[in-house]
Amino acid sequence: MTYIANTDTQRREMLSALGLDSIDELFDIIPKNLKSFSFNLPEAKSELELRQHLQLLARKNATDLISFLGGGFYDHYIPAAVDTIISRSEFYTAYTPYQPEISQGVLQAIYEYQSAICRLTNMEVSNASLYDGGTALYEAAMMSVRITGRRKIIVDEGVSPIYRKMLHCYTSNLSLEFVEIPTHNGIVNRELVKKELDKDTSAVILQNPNFFGCIDDFTDIVEKAHQAGALVISSVYPVSLGILKTPGEMGIDIATGEGQSLGLPLSFGGPYLGFMGTSKKYVRKMPGRIVGKAHDNKGREGFVLTLQTREQHIRREKATSNICTNETLCALQALVYLTLLGKEGFKEVAELCADKAAYTSKRLTEISNVKKKFSQPFFNEFTVELTGDAGDAIAALVEKGFAAGFPLGRYYKGMERCMLVAVTEKRTKEEIGLLKESLENVL
Amino acid sequence: MKLIFNKGAQGRRGVKLPELDVPNKAEIPEKLFRKSPARLPEVSEMEVIRHFIELSENNFGVDTNFYPLGSCTMKYNPKIGEEVARYNGFTALHPLLPQLRPGGLLTQGALQVIYETEQFLSELTGMAEFTMQPLAGAHGELTGIMIIAAYHKAKGNKKTKVIIPDSAHGTNPASAAIAGYRVESVPSNEHGVMGYREFMKVLDNEVAAVMLTCPNTLGLFNPEIKKIADKVHEVDALMYCDGANLNAILGKSKPASIGFDLMHVNLHKTFGTPHGGGGPGAGPVGVKEKLKKFLPISLVIKRRDGTYALEYERPSSIGYVAPFYGNFGVILKAYTYILSLGGEGLKKVSENAVLNANYIKEKLKTHYHLPYDRTCMHECVFSASRQMKKGVHAIDIAKRLIDYGFHPPTVYFPLIVEEAMMIEPTETESKETIDAFIEAMIKIAEEAEKNPDLLHSAPVSTPISRLDETAAAREMDLRV
Repeated sequence: MTYIANTDTQRREMLSALGLDSIDELFDIIPKNLKSFSFNLPEAKSELELRQHLQLLARKNATDLISFLGGGFYDHYIPAAVDTIISRSEFYTAYTPYQPEISQGVLQAIYEYQSAICRLTNMEVSNASLYDGGTALYEAAMMSVRITGRRKIIVDEGVSPIYRKMLHCYTSNLSLEFVEIPTHNGIVNRELVKKELDKDTSAVILQNPNFFGCIDDFTDIVEKAHQAGALVISSVYPVSLGILKTPGEMGIDIATGEGQSLGLPLSFGGPYLGFMGTSKKYVRKMPGRIVGKAHDNKGREGFVLTLQTREQHIRREKATSNICTNETLCALQALVYLTLLGKEGFKEVAELCADKAAYTSKRLTEISNVKKKFSQPFFNEFTVELTGDAGDAIAALVEKGFAAGFPLGRYYKGMERCMLVAVTEKRTKEEIGLLKESLENVL
Repeated sequence: MKLIFNKGAQGRRGVKLPELDVPNKAEIPEKLFRKSPARLPEVSEMEVIRHFIELSENNFGVDTNFYPLGSCTMKYNPKIGEEVARYNGFTALHPLLPQLRPGGLLTQGALQVIYETEQFLSELTGMAEFTMQPLAGAHGELTGIMIIAAYHKAKGNKKTKVIIPDSAHGTNPASAAIAGYRVESVPSNEHGVMGYREFMKVLDNEVAAVMLTCPNTLGLFNPEIKKIADKVHEVDALMYCDGANLNAILGKSKPASIGFDLMHVNLHKTFGTPHGGGGPGAGPVGVKEKLKKFLPISLVIKRRDGTYALEYERPSSIGYVAPFYGNFGVILKAYTYILSLGGEGLKKVSENAVLNANYIKEKLKTHYHLPYDRTCMHECVFSASRQMKKGVHAIDIAKRLIDYGFHPPTVYFPLIVEEAMMIEPTETESKETIDAFIEAMIKIAEEAEKNPDLLHSAPVSTPISRLDETAAAREMDLRV
């Protein structure tokens, strides 16, 4: 295939306008010894061949497993209209809306997205999105350092181990101190946090529901942290906010999270969407694009990228972040999802998840070799302990057509027998029953 | 346009969900609930569709208008990529599946896509190995800088600064600073590039790396680049290539042969994946042999038996820059694009991109000031300095172009050109479109002479005219 429109005749006309005989002359500026010699790439394929090739590759992936796999990334129902909107190429073939007069579509959508995130989290302001939940958490940590001028960060071990690894990676060359606090009976160990909070502490990083699925109210921790002059950052699973207490209600200073569950397919890890909300007083320290309302000289309302003096294209090495693009199309996707479900529907999704998870937990723990690991309340994901290795059980269940859960031993020492089970509104009573039966059989 | 929050009616529903089919209710204590439901819109599916379709109509995209936004490579995005990225075999794939036993065997198709894309990019750039993880260009830069830091740490080098020319993208100094380095800026010379002489004045043992865009942001190829690279290596510093402009040199030159040790590539620029209104993109990073061991965890490898696997045991790695394997949906589209064009097709991409840019440069240089009058690569940079004498600025020309139905070029970048207008037509535009654009630019130059106020009040064809950005930053109305 080629997507080049010009014909040989047109190319010749253009070359003659330049006074040249061949295109090669345009590349004379590249010294001979720096030119490419080998270029071993496959030959061009037709669209039909491409389709066949990619369909074959798509079939080499196990997407027919009945999934109870979560760990921060969930198999939720995506209404058909979501794809209709994000397939509009006026949206997806545009770039960052630098020219507001011809980008009101994208700009208004981002303003609405920011509003939806604020309403979901009860935070005062939101940015236009970040890459994913992990980078959003890292950006929040750096933001707390900018705000407080302090360099010690307390992280609860209930925070996604993947995100904690990312935090370590990004800050390994910076003089920041990370203190990881082991959980107590599946939730934040208040005593240890209190002990670690001091005048050097920039932030306490928490997650709700945490990686084990346990839910919590961080209000008391926020109070203690604020007394010590530190901020509290919480990563949150947005679907849970259909019913659960919000970061805003807890007094959290920076709320972040992975937006995948808001209408984005799992897509083997991306593209996803990191969201971030904070208090108005911290907005100038926030990374990423922000859209604001503006007026033209006739008083007509519109939207623009605003507070750009925080950003790299103006501030260069003094910018709040190096971020250039956000994830606009994914933010639009989340917005359309939230709009389609609406006030009632979004609450219902959360309720369905929680109720079905409660049922699943009850059914699985009917098996004599399966115990609930923690006594804490949970939302749509919970930890069970088996009498043998969880990885073995999960592998055996793959054979029976299930992605039954995540083996926690992979990230937590001493939890080799523990399995993390996630349930969304897509799972049926029948599937849950089959999982129970199959698990019983493999144990 | 009315916000979606101001539409609909109380109690109206969009999507209906199935009834609860289990007997249990969740046992969550009352104190853990939110006080009231999130105030989301209450609208029907049709209202949602009409709202967003109307919004989409208030937007320029590559599919609606010529979009010569310099430095962004706004080429046509082939539709087969959109189709492929929607195959259920890819979209329904949970990223944690490879961590279950039998691991990667459940995701062989996806791993093959990632592995082969890495191989293609290695061949295109001459690098030894790529990571597909970085989620955007700037994210690739940060990953690259962290690899540079890991390299120096492993060698016990004490390095404190990164050299960046003044023509660079703002992300370059921001990425270097965020990773903990001091940034030293080098002025461009009279030819528009970082000259060898100016460069040698700042090179010393403290230098960790030099970050260069190749060809540079003026669309110029630096003929002294190899000489600079050799000197950089003499002090055991590394050469980082910002691959934003790779569209100019596909099949013509490889950054690795030029002397670069590592680079990022923007899949959303060079490899035809859409920009999404500002993301998602992808910024894979490629490195030479000596830096391979520092690449992020995990890395896709091909086993002897032909199967693919993820390698997690990487003791020297910088660690986790992304939760998983990168923006897989974007990688899929780039993979499809590369296979669709093939090696010869990719060469033609650069040839036509460079021809189109030079043609525009030639046709407009008598009408606008061209600060660096030499063969350009895939983009050309003019200055509105001539029009400024009539009080017309680059922004006025940009806004007037909208009235002619074109997306404006990048303006006021690079910073080293006064009143810069950076035009990148890309290879996919036809001569007819480019001629129409040239004609509009010439008319605007005439208007600037005869009727500058016409330009000051542009655009006049859009539902709103220029918005007061200063007031917006002061008022901070960021949500409803």
